[in-house]
Amino acid sequence: MTTTGEFPSPRPSTTRRLATWLHRRPRTRLAALLAAPVAWLVIAYLGALVLMFINAFWSRDAFTGQVVREFTLDNFLELTQDPYPEITLRTLGMAVAVTVACALIAFPIAYFMAKIARPRWRGLLVVAVVMPLWASYLVKAYAWRLILAEEGVLNWMLGPLGLKGPGYGEIAVWLVMTYLWLPFMIIPVYAGLVRIPDSLLEASADLGGRSWMTFRRVILPLAFPAVVAGSIFTFSLTLGDYIAVQLVSTTIFIGNAIFLNVGAAGDLPLAAAYSLVPLGIIMVYLFVARKLGAFEAL
Amino acid sequence: MPAQSVDTPTTTSRPRTERAAVRLEGVRKVFGDVEAVAGIDLEIDEGEFFSMLGPSGSGKTTTLRMIAGFELPTAGRILLDGEDVSQRPPFERDVNTVFQDYALFPHMDVGDNVAYGLMVRKVPREARALRVEDALRMVRLQGLDRRKPSQLSGGQRQRVALARALINRPRVLLLDEPLGALDLKLREEMQIELKRIQQEVGITFIYVTHDQEEALTMSDRLAVFNRGRIEQVGAPADVYERPATAFVAGFVGTSNLLRGAVAEAVVGRTGMFTVRPEKIHLGEPGASVGADEIGALGQIRDVVYVGPDTRYIVALDAGADLVVTQQNLATSSTEALVARGRAVRLVWKREHCLPIADLA
Repeated sequence: MTTTGEFPSPRPSTTRRLATWLHRRPRTRLAALLAAPVAWLVIAYLGALVLMFINAFWSRDAFTGQVVREFTLDNFLELTQDPYPEITLRTLGMAVAVTVACALIAFPIAYFMAKIARPRWRGLLVVAVVMPLWASYLVKAYAWRLILAEEGVLNWMLGPLGLKGPGYGEIAVWLVMTYLWLPFMIIPVYAGLVRIPDSLLEASADLGGRSWMTFRRVILPLAFPAVVAGSIFTFSLTLGDYIAVQLVSTTIFIGNAIFLNVGAAGDLPLAAAYSLVPLGIIMVYLFVARKLGAFEAL
Repeated sequence: MPAQSVDTPTTTSRPRTERAAVRLEGVRKVFGDVEAVAGIDLEIDEGEFFSMLGPSGSGKTTTLRMIAGFELPTAGRILLDGEDVSQRPPFERDVNTVFQDYALFPHMDVGDNVAYGLMVRKVPREARALRVEDALRMVRLQGLDRRKPSQLSGGQRQRVALARALINRPRVLLLDEPLGALDLKLREEMQIELKRIQQEVGITFIYVTHDQEEALTMSDRLAVFNRGRIEQVGAPADVYERPATAFVAGFVGTSNLLRGAVAEAVVGRTGMFTVRPEKIHLGEPGASVGADEIGALGQIRDVVYVGPDTRYIVALDAGADLVVTQQNLATSSTEALVARGRAVRLVWKREHCLPIADLA
């Protein structure tokens, strides 16, 4: 900003003066940068959560259907009674089953991508894995509805073999969820495996370890945090889904129960209270995941 | 090294097939359309400290990896102790490797890392613990077995990698530029340490390096690699004093090449000749040249002061530059540096002017 030399000193423009003024005030710059996202986070995100949290301790007048804004634990008491514990356990079981299936399918795929495929194929494979995420979730769920229908593709293919598909129901939910969330498992596991230097695998073989030993003693322990990281996605997404569930089964999961309470029954406080259950489960899950080193793997 | 050649003449005479710990016969390796190793024949003796020296991309590491079993040769045979292992996986070869990046298992502590080979072979726990203790003592890391590799310094990791490989008592230990990541001081320390350990355990060491000084100081014999081929195999003194090719002359030490018209003018013969910089005497233009000596007039073009020595680059009147090193026995840096531009006569013994084959 010196005015010496043969250049005529430019008349400082307003923007230039503003830039200079900001340059000396790092805190103001930071505030300008973060104001919008923080406002969004606090109002739209945390605000909604807080409202839900408060709602969970209100109740609904059974006669008028109006929300009574007085503190009560009745909602949580009701959640310990039929049919809620069963729904909660079923949802939890489904989340675990989907996560395990995703991990089992994702690991060999991710291993192939990370350690066997040539580097120039890796990018293509990553795109191929992520591609289904570009299609609408609803379209994919409906597609599965058609595949699993009584007159659907699956039965048509299995028919000549004298077999029959699972039809609609819990197995269908498990299949569809595993399909929907698989990319969320493959990508972190792939990233985890790519980070294991080949020399470690060679060292294991060099020291006498066959493939199984190398897998169990070297690859699996090193990739496990990445699997846990992927499971955060598959687990929490399964825990919260209710649309795909509705399309391929009539079974009630946590999401469906909340949805019914909001819509048909109109019991917002109970729905809010029930929403806190998967939230609590996820928080415990995240805590355990952190202990297992999943966040370093993300 | 000097002691060996006197009373054991077999080290240089052939055949010695029965004694070879490792034998390569016409080994080639092709990656896609790149020929990394272009046909190598080599014999490495039992208990020998053998170095493979060469620039990056010369095929030395690929050769080592083929001996280890990480790469399978495109053609040729690899024999360990007379047995053809060319197509065997690494876990069925009695060799162990010290990797360039050490390749320590980050999720295991030092003790478990070192014990890995024994664990895999189902050696009982008590026996394992004893041997881990021995191995760690040999590399002077006793008491560190509960540390994680990330809590160790580079030099310590290097020692763990060494202990982990040696605990299996392999027939041959392969070392892939193991000191490359260490700083100079530590590297010199580890060179001595490695040599001591090798003599202690008596295992054949095959040592890959691009550092000619390292190869010269540590090896019993060495092979100089260039573009997938071996240019010369021999004891360090052989390779240094009598380089077989222009490449070897240039890669091992500083090359002073005289060829074509310059060779005719200076040496008086056609062909290619090399002379080591420290063999050349720098004198006044009027200095006498003996019957068994070669003299050449020139001018000092540049002077590089390197502590114990001074390196003079002399432009010969006949053409070509020669490098001359002189120890700074009584010369100070200022005295050395003012020599720039001075006319000189270079004199060296005829026996130090070696004819070499020109393969390049």
